[in-house]
Amino acid sequence: MEISIPSLVAAILVMAAPLVLAALGETLTEKAGVVNLSLDGTILLGAMSGFVIASESQSALFGFIAAAATGATVGAVLAVIGVRLGQSQVAVGFALTFLCRDLAYFLGNPYARQQGPQLETLPIPILSKIPFLGEAFFSHSLIVYLSLLAIPGCYYFLYRTRQGLILRSAGENPDGCWARGINPLRVQIIYTILGSSLVGLAGGAFSLAVKPGWGHPQGCEGIGWIALALVIFGGWNPVRVAAGAYFFGLLQLLGIYFQDYFTTIPAQIFQVAPFPLMIFALILINLGHKSKDRKLTGWIKLLSGRPPKWLGKNYKQA
Amino acid sequence: MIELAEISKNFGRVQALHRVSLKVNPGSIHGIIGENGAGKSTLMKILTGFIRKSGGDFFFHSENIDLNSPKDAREIGIGMLYQEPLDFPQLSVLDNFMAGGTDFSPGNQRTILAKLCNNFSFNLNPENKVEELTIGERQQLELMRLIRDGAKILILDEPTSGISEKQQELLFNALRSLKDDGAAILLVSHKLEEIELLCDEVTVLRHGKIAGYQKCPFDREKMLHAMFDILPVSQPPAIKHIAGEPLLNFHKISSKTGRSGLNSVSTTIRSGEVVGLAGVDGSGQSVFLKSAFGLLQPDSGSISHLLEVKTRAFIPADRLAEGLIPGLTIREHHILSKESGPIITSKSGLAKTRDAIKTYSIKGTPETEIENLSGGNLQRLLLSLISADIQLILMENPTRGLDVQSAAWTWKHLHSRLGAEEAIIFASPDLEEIMEQSTRILVFYNGSITLDTQTKATDYQQLSRAVTGEDSQKQ
Amino acid sequence: MSIILQLRRIVMITVLALGAVSLLLILLGISPLTIGITLTKGSIFSWLKFNHVLTIWIPLLLCSCGLLFTFRAGLWNIGVEGQVICGAIGATLVLRLDNTGLPPAALLSFALFTSFLAGGLWGALAGLLKTRGGVNEIFGGLGLNFVAQGVVLWLILGPWKRAGMASMSGTDLFPRELWMWIPPGWRVAPAAIVLVVIVFLLTGMILNATRFGLKIKAAGFNPQAARLFGIRPDLVGFTAMSIGGGLAGLAGGVQVSCVYHRLIPSISSSYGYLALLVVMLAGYKVTPVPIICLLFACLAAGSIQLPITLQIDSSLSGVIQGALVLSGLLVYGLQQRKSRGH
Repeated sequence: MEISIPSLVAAILVMAAPLVLAALGETLTEKAGVVNLSLDGTILLGAMSGFVIASESQSALFGFIAAAATGATVGAVLAVIGVRLGQSQVAVGFALTFLCRDLAYFLGNPYARQQGPQLETLPIPILSKIPFLGEAFFSHSLIVYLSLLAIPGCYYFLYRTRQGLILRSAGENPDGCWARGINPLRVQIIYTILGSSLVGLAGGAFSLAVKPGWGHPQGCEGIGWIALALVIFGGWNPVRVAAGAYFFGLLQLLGIYFQDYFTTIPAQIFQVAPFPLMIFALILINLGHKSKDRKLTGWIKLLSGRPPKWLGKNYKQA
Repeated sequence: MIELAEISKNFGRVQALHRVSLKVNPGSIHGIIGENGAGKSTLMKILTGFIRKSGGDFFFHSENIDLNSPKDAREIGIGMLYQEPLDFPQLSVLDNFMAGGTDFSPGNQRTILAKLCNNFSFNLNPENKVEELTIGERQQLELMRLIRDGAKILILDEPTSGISEKQQELLFNALRSLKDDGAAILLVSHKLEEIELLCDEVTVLRHGKIAGYQKCPFDREKMLHAMFDILPVSQPPAIKHIAGEPLLNFHKISSKTGRSGLNSVSTTIRSGEVVGLAGVDGSGQSVFLKSAFGLLQPDSGSISHLLEVKTRAFIPADRLAEGLIPGLTIREHHILSKESGPIITSKSGLAKTRDAIKTYSIKGTPETEIENLSGGNLQRLLLSLISADIQLILMENPTRGLDVQSAAWTWKHLHSRLGAEEAIIFASPDLEEIMEQSTRILVFYNGSITLDTQTKATDYQQLSRAVTGEDSQKQ
Repeated sequence: MSIILQLRRIVMITVLALGAVSLLLILLGISPLTIGITLTKGSIFSWLKFNHVLTIWIPLLLCSCGLLFTFRAGLWNIGVEGQVICGAIGATLVLRLDNTGLPPAALLSFALFTSFLAGGLWGALAGLLKTRGGVNEIFGGLGLNFVAQGVVLWLILGPWKRAGMASMSGTDLFPRELWMWIPPGWRVAPAAIVLVVIVFLLTGMILNATRFGLKIKAAGFNPQAARLFGIRPDLVGFTAMSIGGGLAGLAGGVQVSCVYHRLIPSISSSYGYLALLVVMLAGYKVTPVPIICLLFACLAAGSIQLPITLQIDSSLSGVIQGALVLSGLLVYGLQQRKSRGH
């Protein structure tokens, strides 16, 4: 197989697009102090609803709307039980993961292995003609552009807007928010729903663009867990979270390339390998962070960040 | 500007505030002084909308207003500087300054911040993370934020605890200039000195009621009188046992834990002693007790325990959250507290538990889950868990939240179990309790022991001075 | 809590969950009644089918018992899947030994013991990552799941591949004499049933009637106060993780020695994740666990009929299970809110 750098970059951008969206969504939610563990199920449910609605309406756009709405609904359930009613966010997240996954397989069954609409590639006029960069960055489908724009967008929102500051303050010290006249619970609920709608959109990106179609399995299983790990890996910083997503995309692509080169090693190994590699990269970073050896941890500290102080705790108003 | 008229607050059956009235005028500083538990923090929480009053009226410019949430309080210009700043440590100074404000334009806000810094001679870098600042600097930032938000009524809670002298001077200058600009300031403090330096009038709270009111110039003796409500001389307990063998030896212990940490504390506790640790909350008593039990490791210095771990017991201030295990029953606590075989049957520890319930008059059955017990019962349960072989009992606020009878019972029990081989160390913010129950007193101020005396050899005047940081030199 | 209140809670959870699922089915034009009948028929209406229910019930209950230990200690053990796989690998390792000279019964017992050890080590590793490395046990466990999944694939397609051609269908079958005895007309090994019942009773006893069980509970409820009682919460947590892993490993050992008689890639069959749901629905209590396991096993077994008779995807059983747990959390939340007096 021929590998050219622009085509490799382009392939990584496509491969990682849903992961970027999901991880950025979770970053928003976690920055507000809520942990949403349901990603793996939400992505699948979003993929299913996106594909089904797109098939029925013959419009990929409606599919994406449905996928985002599905994600928002899942987020709302978590917000009610895990934020408003103060139940363990981890428990609710897990229950939702499995419920959504099975719901997706169940409801999507009649549409399995059918042809459906697919997002077309929209090369950007002029820009796509630039040598090298054109192929790498400007000859993609809308959702890939969206994932690329979402990174600076998310960063800008979090660090350069008033609402972003309110979001971060709710995840940091809800009492401080309350003292400033902001209801932290409301902030948390809003960003649980908003973040989860991005996760749903990521599902749509799979079934309508990256791995088109629906089936049992769809092929995006496990990605949700990676997205969750990425948020930690990226130190809750949108740019680093996205970088992690592209690194994972690269690992996945290498897996595909390598299975052609190393025919003695079963192909399945290469498909599974990125997952443990990714998680252990995270764990190593974490261990490095804790270690007392300053020299060794210097660069690692650059990579890791600290969680929002209130992450996963339930806030009870006095 | 604001007026409180007969404000009351009940928590269940406990009355935290009883018909408290006071006025704060523009361009003046009103001091509120009182011991821990006198109701100051309840009063402030009502003023900032965190909790609602149970009775009475609140007037703002003679208009009767209900404060239902912090938002309401903010809207009429009430701003509070908390003792533990309610800020966002991981965010930058500028972010903290902008949080909660209506205008979000970093450039603009940076200029405002710089201008305010300049006005008050504060020196803050907008890009620094707040967690890198000292408590004093965090206060400065909060103060500027409140002013930027147009706060006209400022409430300050113990603003000088844990800050340097230089910062204190800056803060006082800032407060004076704000006062001259017409702000109404409510200053809550333990320290008579700063009240005298700053305030135009002062209200003394005691047990949720107003115990005194003065206008500048103040009469210090009267103020102390009102604060500590000096009763006709109550006798310290007769020393039952002569201080015997050393049980615990602190040698130059320093720690950074807690508000003030510990600064090179050295002392020896001997058997037969009841040692009362006096001082404002967070002056180092709690760190001292936890280090003595072994829950905290000091940063430097050495503790020689002349006792085995098994023979020490610690009863923390927050009994339910730190001392007991919600979800377990009374009987299960008794099983855990004593050595026994690996198997637990329905009879295990039952006889002992029943016995304890009876002797300690705990209102419950062996199978009652402890989160269903009231404060007094929890304390009696904790006491009942101290087995006979315990030689050193360490307690934080042994009678906090207890009614008079329970408190009296607790102390009667503690004294009766004190033998020649044992010792009790307890911390209490209540000087009366310290005077009445201990044979020896250690006063903590800012992490150091500033007074170490036999109870017989001291009096309220000396103690209250030491606690409030007056003549902090050993006498 | 009184029995009446408990019953009310159970009824509320069931009505809420089944009501929601029924509504969904009706909207899809499927009769909930037909589904109910198919599920019941497919699980308990014949001896053979009930046998199938039991083959699910056994590993599920083993994993759930393990989770009872870790939940009691206040830990989220997400690594159950990986622990099941490790147990299965351990058992396979023993059963593939040549020329041991041991009688089959001894070898089988040894295989089960090894599976317990292997799973326990995997659990201990997650526990170690948590206590020594400060790695959140959720991500440690998850990472170890992925690793175990990778290892089992590598073994099946590599060193332990089938004679001739490597295949995703698993390793070669063990020799017949190393199959756990199954009576004619049965599909489930009586030894496995005995084992799981003993494990469950032991779990109940250790957790509810020993000093060690009480320590686990104390460390889970309030680690800070537990230290005042001379308990070391980190040590207790580590032990609980090891035991939990061991029991999950045992489930893997049972799958290998009693059900598949070989190692297959999907040896854990997601029972690890399902067990999480079981214990959450049980409110982390011991007694309801075998009953909920049985219910979930019936749903899982019965749902196999759905695609055949009604052309409906079998994942409907997972939908019902998930809905039950979620409505459980909702009901707990609402009741707590009410008792707090809002």
